[in-house]
Amino acid sequence: MQLAVNILVLAAIYALISCGYVLIYRVSRVLSLAHGELMMLGAYGLYLTASLFDGHPLVAVAAALVLAVLVGVAVYLALMWRMTGESVLAAVLATIALGILLRGAMILAFGTQTQHPLRDLGWSNASLELAGARISTVGLTLIVATLAMYGALFAFLRLSRWGIRMRAAGQHPLLAAQRGIGLHGIYAASWGLATLTGGLAGMLLAADAGLEGTLVTIGLKAFPAALVGGLDSLVGALLGSLAIAAAEVFVIHYVDPLLSEVVPFVVLLAMLIVRPWGLFGTREELDRV
Amino acid sequence: MSGYFRVRYAQDTALLDSRTQKGWFAIFVVALACYPFLANALWLDLANQVLLGVVGAVALMLLTGYAGQISLGHAGLLAAGAFTTGILFKEFAAPVWLTLPASALVGAALGLAFGLPSLRLRGLYLAVSTLALHFIVIHAAAEYETRRGFSTGIVIDSPIYEAWHWYFALLAAAAATVLFSLNLLRSRTGRAWRAIHGREAVAEALGISVPHAKVSAFVISSAITAMAGCLFAYFRGFVSVEAFSLYLTIQYVAMIIIGGMGSILGAILGTVFVVLLPYAIEGAMARLGLAEVLSSVVFAVNYAAFGLAMVLFLVFEPQGLVGIWRRVRNWFVLWPFKQRAVR
Repeated sequence: MQLAVNILVLAAIYALISCGYVLIYRVSRVLSLAHGELMMLGAYGLYLTASLFDGHPLVAVAAALVLAVLVGVAVYLALMWRMTGESVLAAVLATIALGILLRGAMILAFGTQTQHPLRDLGWSNASLELAGARISTVGLTLIVATLAMYGALFAFLRLSRWGIRMRAAGQHPLLAAQRGIGLHGIYAASWGLATLTGGLAGMLLAADAGLEGTLVTIGLKAFPAALVGGLDSLVGALLGSLAIAAAEVFVIHYVDPLLSEVVPFVVLLAMLIVRPWGLFGTREELDRV
Repeated sequence: MSGYFRVRYAQDTALLDSRTQKGWFAIFVVALACYPFLANALWLDLANQVLLGVVGAVALMLLTGYAGQISLGHAGLLAAGAFTTGILFKEFAAPVWLTLPASALVGAALGLAFGLPSLRLRGLYLAVSTLALHFIVIHAAAEYETRRGFSTGIVIDSPIYEAWHWYFALLAAAAATVLFSLNLLRSRTGRAWRAIHGREAVAEALGISVPHAKVSAFVISSAITAMAGCLFAYFRGFVSVEAFSLYLTIQYVAMIIIGGMGSILGAILGTVFVVLLPYAIEGAMARLGLAEVLSSVVFAVNYAAFGLAMVLFLVFEPQGLVGIWRRVRNWFVLWPFKQRAVR
């Protein structure tokens, strides 16, 4: 039972992070390798608003989420829109550059010591007893938040006007643009959404374990989850996260805790050999000259 | 124009085709040979770092700049070479002439093993498997360190001690790598790489086997990188997993972006830039009186500076330092006429 809860919490973390990879890849075919850093920036946003709106924790969280969206849009407007016409290679390299720039800037701005935004908000992380297993409040919040986020994303992409435009832009940018969909707006919105989900994941992780540099590594470990599920499928990201989390928790429990860093990547390699486009991803179309 | 026209095919394939070029090249060689006797200890060490970096940067340039494949496992491959050397030295007391080819073999084998699964699809899949390669190699290396009780790292006795001996050894290695790469790029393999970089579908239509070209690029680049790792192990005299973080990969990526994609000269210029940048930053901070304030976060300043330099080059000068160099050269060649932007 405890194992199942551990798997669920870890899967929720991976799922919440990896939907950022999926959103950006699905809409603009860019693999964002700065996602871990953007996630951490979201967590620092909460750290800032927590001290700004002292005594109003809910306001602080809402402000931090708005801040995360703004950061995502700003990243697109400042850097990524220049990469839209460029090759895939240039766009990916730009996200690598952005990642290292953000990492340096964050250390310069906030220092290297571990922060505890949850304590700054005046909340505590109590341990709950749930059907014979222990789960922290933040862990439970994580699961609920992930489910809510995926529900909201499905509804948004299926039903809302902007969501349909996003899918159209992802399917065929040229046709979408000719139909009158402003690609830059859509791409900026997808970056904003991805940073929102990543930032939320960063905030919850920071609330659980403190805010420090290792967050970026967790962001990278969530990337295999997105790929195992299929880089352009949200359902895939959810199931991929579950698979990766299960593999990781089982290996930690039964084999060797030291292996936890490599397990996601071993699963990823196995997936690349068997079914490289992922569980639910679409096989890439044939390229015509 | 400058009044120089190629009239024979041999001139088209020659590495140095005009008398002026040969003259400048001779001066360059003499300057390189005199350098260790004129430079002080710091500048000699910097030159050694540049030469060591050139081997790895040229290898990455072959893969990313020419074949158009992103590698996020460069640090992992360097680690593979360094640890092959370290393990062979520690367990079997193997000499250099054994560890260097062994490192190359390990690198090539890793390149093959991790390149193969990515062939079934186009796009970014090679990049993804290289990220897995990084984490798996680093984990295996760390495992070896802890199992054998070298938890802080492996100490290696280098056959070369003096800095200026190292200078000539590394110069030979860098020159061999550059020459090998230039020749390879003028051959069928190199042309195939450029073709798949340009457009895979067209390359395939021209009769190039895209999977073969991709894997050959990855294997050759990995083998050279692992050899660079072997040299790194001897140069530092010490191998430890901490030295091979993802940041090292990013530094090598920075070298080829800043230098200029698709140019061996770019890889060399980029390496010079990336090796000198931290020292330049340190000097600037000392000059500005910020050295004490920022002393604990110097690494963060370096991160931000590398990131900023890469972003600025990607946005404003995608051709890198080589692009600037070409523009300056053309300005002089065409003078007194102005150069029009040639795309």
